[in-house]
Amino acid sequence: MRDLNITSVIPPFQERGRLRPWQKNPKKTSDMAEMEVGPLIQVKVLFFARARELTGLTDISLLMPPRSTARDCMSKLLNKFPKLEEIYNSMVVALNEEYAPESTVLRNSDELAIIPPISGG
Amino acid sequence: MAAEGGEATEDLIEILEASPTPIDLARYVNHVRDPAAGAIATFEGTTRDTFEGKRVLELRYEAYVPMALRRLRAICSAARAAWPLRRLAVAHRLGTVPVGEASVFTAASAVHRADALEACRFLIDEVKASVPIWKKEVYANGEVWKENREFLQRRNALASSSCCCATKVVMDDDAAADAAAVTAADDGGSGADKEEFPAV
Repeated sequence: MRDLNITSVIPPFQERGRLRPWQKNPKKTSDMAEMEVGPLIQVKVLFFARARELTGLTDISLLMPPRSTARDCMSKLLNKFPKLEEIYNSMVVALNEEYAPESTVLRNSDELAIIPPISGG
Repeated sequence: MAAEGGEATEDLIEILEASPTPIDLARYVNHVRDPAAGAIATFEGTTRDTFEGKRVLELRYEAYVPMALRRLRAICSAARAAWPLRRLAVAHRLGTVPVGEASVFTAASAVHRADALEACRFLIDEVKASVPIWKKEVYANGEVWKENREFLQRRNALASSSCCCATKVVMDDDAAADAAAVTAADDGGSGADKEEFPAV
């Protein structure tokens, strides 16, 4: 059995209380703290009509960072489904069955719908 | 069939799931019939056989049903706020609607005919502008999703934070210009590029 270098595991007495090497960038630590404002939120996205054809899906569940907006969600969808570009400028979004601006902040278990140009009647 | 009552269950709002059965028009006319009403105005939107010279075989409709019902309820409320009405009824059919058959039916009753006629027109105009229903036009050699001019004119308002009530929208020059570049859907919708909706 090899000898373990115990001194590299337990900091020397005089070092305790001081920042460890990985803690020595206070800014980095606070960035990480800012990100941890809450757990990821789950958003269900519904695709209708042309949007469904372009994605091949009727719906998808996305995990988004807390305080994401509908626009953030759209960006993620465009990354995942580049073909959605076709309708991006003519569609609108609905949040929980109401039309909503893309700046709306999403909450956990929200339902977002991609509404391509409608043609009822 | 997904149904929704209106205020005080006076209004009949139905989205009819795909089926070969045509809309039962009499059902909706009878719903709005009212002893106090001197007028019943109705609108029936039917599948036509030609679009821009192309032979249309059929129309296929789909909807975001829960939201469509919500929008129809809001539209009926807006109509009631704008005109003195007795009863309203709106039905929209989903699935395949063959040429000559009705896809949408609106009916309004009122004491006086001007109110009934204007409210009936408002109902169909608002369906075309804001209710999440889509139709695909099917030809012998292809098919295309239609886009209502009325929606494209209304789009900016729908996507803004201030819009929820359709009756407060006034179409502006930009919207009218956008609409000019767009293929219109079947006739029955508003032909005017600039139209002020009744104030609530």
